[in-house]
Amino acid sequence: MASKMEALKSSVESLLAPHIVHSTIALDELTVVCKSDCLVEVATKLRDSAELSFEQCIDMCGMDYSTYRDSPWDGPRFAAVYQLLSLKHNQRIRLRCFAEDDDFPVLPTLTGVWSCLNWYEREAFDLFGLMFDQHPDLRRILTDYGFVGHPFRKDFPVSGFVEMRYDASQQRVIYQPVSIEPREITPRIIREENYGG
Amino acid sequence: MADIRNYTLNFGPQHPAAHGVLRLVLELDGEVVQRADPHIGLLHRGTEKLAESKTYLQSLPYMDRLDYVSMMCNEHAYCLAIEKLTGVDVPLRAQYIRVMFAEITRILNHLLWIGAHSIDIGAMTMFLYAFREREDLMDLYEAVSGARLHAAYFRPGGVYRDLPDTMPQYTASKIKNAREVARLNENRQGTMLDFIEDFTRRFPACIDEYETLLTDNRIWKQRTVGIGVVSPERALQLGFTGPMLRGSGVAWDLRKTQPYDVYAEMDFDIPVGKTGDCYDRYLVRMEEFRQSNRIIAQCVKWLKANPGPVITENHKVAPPSREGMKTNMEELIHHFKLFTEGMHVPEGEVYVGTEHPKGEFGIYMVSDGANKPYRLKIRAPGYAHIAGLDEMARGHMIADVVAIIGTQDIVFGEIDR
Repeated sequence: MASKMEALKSSVESLLAPHIVHSTIALDELTVVCKSDCLVEVATKLRDSAELSFEQCIDMCGMDYSTYRDSPWDGPRFAAVYQLLSLKHNQRIRLRCFAEDDDFPVLPTLTGVWSCLNWYEREAFDLFGLMFDQHPDLRRILTDYGFVGHPFRKDFPVSGFVEMRYDASQQRVIYQPVSIEPREITPRIIREENYGG
Repeated sequence: MADIRNYTLNFGPQHPAAHGVLRLVLELDGEVVQRADPHIGLLHRGTEKLAESKTYLQSLPYMDRLDYVSMMCNEHAYCLAIEKLTGVDVPLRAQYIRVMFAEITRILNHLLWIGAHSIDIGAMTMFLYAFREREDLMDLYEAVSGARLHAAYFRPGGVYRDLPDTMPQYTASKIKNAREVARLNENRQGTMLDFIEDFTRRFPACIDEYETLLTDNRIWKQRTVGIGVVSPERALQLGFTGPMLRGSGVAWDLRKTQPYDVYAEMDFDIPVGKTGDCYDRYLVRMEEFRQSNRIIAQCVKWLKANPGPVITENHKVAPPSREGMKTNMEELIHHFKLFTEGMHVPEGEVYVGTEHPKGEFGIYMVSDGANKPYRLKIRAPGYAHIAGLDEMARGHMIADVVAIIGTQDIVFGEIDR
């Protein structure tokens, strides 16, 4: 298996050499990081070249790296991660692309390469606020109509900012600031190097 | 002359054929669908966000609640992801138990699917037939985990406990007299494995019954043949997996191509369709019943012959035995640390795809070395399928939309997450 991964890595690198920032093999999975301005080109080549032929984009998700390892993250905060699958060669690859601007993260859309990304990109927009340039229908998808904010960002609390209730005097449903205190039952712990000897 | 215009129709979210909380905005020209715009998210609970604030073990029961008709298959992918990151070895017996229950779950899922799908198209009897067999399988869930639906039985490193030696039995009550109870308990006299073995012998005849009702049924064929045709190229483009992809004639099954646990040891076949319509997908799922039944029978045979541990000995991941905890200081500390702080997963990222009854169910997990995942992404097969609904429904009549929703095997727990 390891040699198959190595072979895949070298063929991806030779084909996409100028566009790739770096590529790593970890846990028998290949991860390729590419620049956002050539994402469409990279994706098209991954799909169309005969020795790769990743016909299927299985999954795509947004990432917010701002609190990774509980320390300040240097580098772009938002990324999109694509999981690609080649049925022909029975192999997978992970493609990661960082959005350069943290305040207004924009990536090119890949709906033209894999149609299924239409909804996945809507999801990443909804939950992370990633914008997809040229996307045909970039609406919110999972959150409520009229929702404000992007709930999967690390600076969005689990309990949210507003709660909804029925107001008898106005005879309609209203939004008001949340009344529950945020709490953490099990603290998040990253152990130091060589913990416990 | 009245001017003719397109109608926009709201289908759901409380429509019984919407399989839960689908709001479908249909643009109709007469009765023909011009555009279908599914509005999802009415069941969005933010499972992935919640997982970021819970330890790995605390998030496990949330997996049951994703696709709430195939509970253990969701847990399976989640456990495999943790095992891959931590590098824990799973005992062979646990792997067999997991494969067996994954296949039991597949039958459970397909039974509910055939029941709901056929009731949507107008065949009431199927629903009753399907629930008759589901009862036995849910009894198995209950016997092994204590819960009929949300089992939380698969754990990172194995399964929670070994299969019970006895099968729970019915007792006499106001509505069941002693003779009736004796008849119901007839096949529950032996161990749980005996009961499962008995089920695998009975079940093929049940599938024949379903097929007698549906496969050559004129109404069933009129409602499904040529409806929602997807070409193999489009199925790949739209991210379809599982029976939706195999119905279009692509022989792709992760249990064969990228086997996990002991699927590599199992002998089974992959059914594929030809035309990619609702009828072919129905036939594919019917054959999957038979193949799952075969796998279960093989697992039962192996499990009867091979006793052994069912969860890993690595106490950084799995709790020590109760007895060990009370007699051994080190195991007490392990137990305490595991249930207060949780397991620590090494830094890294992993994607694990499994062949869920509905398609490829994947877990993408990013760990930064903490006791909670940094990011958990659940790849729900139904999400890609419902995204393809617009393309599949265009040009069909409004009644066919119901058939297409049925054939996609939509469950909102996993789509909205």
